[in-house]
Amino acid sequence: MQDLQTRNQTFVAHVGEGAAGRTARTDDWWVEPTLVAVGLVIFIIYSTWAALVGNNYASGPYISPFYSPLIKIPGLEWISPAIFVLWVPLGFRGSCYYYRKAYYRAFFWSPPACAVSERPKEYQGERAGVLRWLPIVHRWFLYLSIIVLAILWYDAIRAFDFDGHFGIGLGTIVLLVNAAMLTFFTFGCHALRSLVGGNQKCFSCGMGGDIRYNSWKIVSVLTRQHPMWAWLSLYMVAIADLYVRLLAAGVLQDPRIF
Amino acid sequence: MSDSTTTDEKVLQLVVNRGEAGDERGQDVTYEIPRVKGMVVLDAVLYAQGHQDQDLAVRWNCKAGKCGSCAAEINGYPRLLCKTRVEDLPADKPVRVQPMQTFTRIKDLVTDVSWNYEMNKQIPPFTPREDKEWRWQQRDVERAQEMRKCIECFLCQDVCHVIRYQRSNKPKFAGPRFFVRTAGLDYHPMDALDRAEFLKKEAGIEMCNVTRCCTDVCPEHIQITDNAIIPAKERIVDQFHDPVKKAVKGT
Repeated sequence: MQDLQTRNQTFVAHVGEGAAGRTARTDDWWVEPTLVAVGLVIFIIYSTWAALVGNNYASGPYISPFYSPLIKIPGLEWISPAIFVLWVPLGFRGSCYYYRKAYYRAFFWSPPACAVSERPKEYQGERAGVLRWLPIVHRWFLYLSIIVLAILWYDAIRAFDFDGHFGIGLGTIVLLVNAAMLTFFTFGCHALRSLVGGNQKCFSCGMGGDIRYNSWKIVSVLTRQHPMWAWLSLYMVAIADLYVRLLAAGVLQDPRIF
Repeated sequence: MSDSTTTDEKVLQLVVNRGEAGDERGQDVTYEIPRVKGMVVLDAVLYAQGHQDQDLAVRWNCKAGKCGSCAAEINGYPRLLCKTRVEDLPADKPVRVQPMQTFTRIKDLVTDVSWNYEMNKQIPPFTPREDKEWRWQQRDVERAQEMRKCIECFLCQDVCHVIRYQRSNKPKFAGPRFFVRTAGLDYHPMDALDRAEFLKKEAGIEMCNVTRCCTDVCPEHIQITDNAIIPAKERIVDQFHDPVKKAVKGT
């Protein structure tokens, strides 16, 4: 009997017993939320610094995605131009269904992982306060993000223009890859998927059913990969900013491919 | 029955959390089971039942991953006993089985899942349209067919933190299984109802914070969050929370 009690202490972690993080899981469940938390914190620290510093955001035909479109308001030159842009991707990612999962688990421990207990509280989920507005806010930020994305594609195309001559530098590739990854992320958005194929009981029954069905299928492919594109595009934006910043600071020389 | 903790390649240490009704904490009992290549955890539990403890209670039926009866928690993670191979679990640790924690215990690994059936009765049933011919294309039923794959093992209900850590939420939260069933009805091309109001007001879908554990544990690989819950949340936004639409409608 003594042995069984010892084993109870070793294994049993029942639900509803107070503390967060209690579980009977024996695997390394804490690795994923820890990696997510570290990944997000590193990005937040870098992007905050890059947005506030307000210099070295353009070099040759390249402009940092943090600062595009470049908005300078007379009288407010002391504010970094990035501040007038970054609220759009911040709002889009902050209200994204995937990022919600990521930060609810990593930062709020609600729950930290599957079958791992959360903080005891009167749980309201996304009915509580402003959280109930997240889906509609996400939809509005989707519309704004598509506009910003179009501008980033313009920047990527403009990166072929070296003083009126066609050329390709490493920065051209970096900005192109950045725009492509952001496209895959933006067009895999769950809100977009619902807009093109949701609220529809029958694709064959009404006008435009084929277009809606095919659009929904394409978006669905990207939606399945949404977490991957969320992370790749997040860090690619930071890499693109860093590359332009190092060029502008004279630390790097842009290798010309063509 | 044994208290041995030695590691032996030919012997599986099976730890079963046992208890009677009302004993939620239970007590761990260790069995030594001969390892057989390809065996699943249900084989080990049935061996213990057949050779060592005839009163060990476990619910099972098809042993083919299609009836959903043998849902439990293996090493703390919700799984089907019959779809979990012993060789896929860490060989250097005992395999520990406990009942689903979201439901009250009847005996040993058997839990009372009757709450699910009561919740199921609240869903507005299939209501056929009368204005349409009963013909449709495959593309119209794909989404409903995915939802019909559900075997009602209730692992998604078990892992859902909304009811797992606060059972008092059960009356106001239907749980992922019933978001799947409601989606299956709503996606049917010949169904006349829209269940968005039911999902919002009675099923409490807004309590879900899309942390996706239901999708992770589903043995039928139904994309519960992406294909049932999020589309429902989006429909609720359309009907209840979009101020632009409200202004246009004048409501």
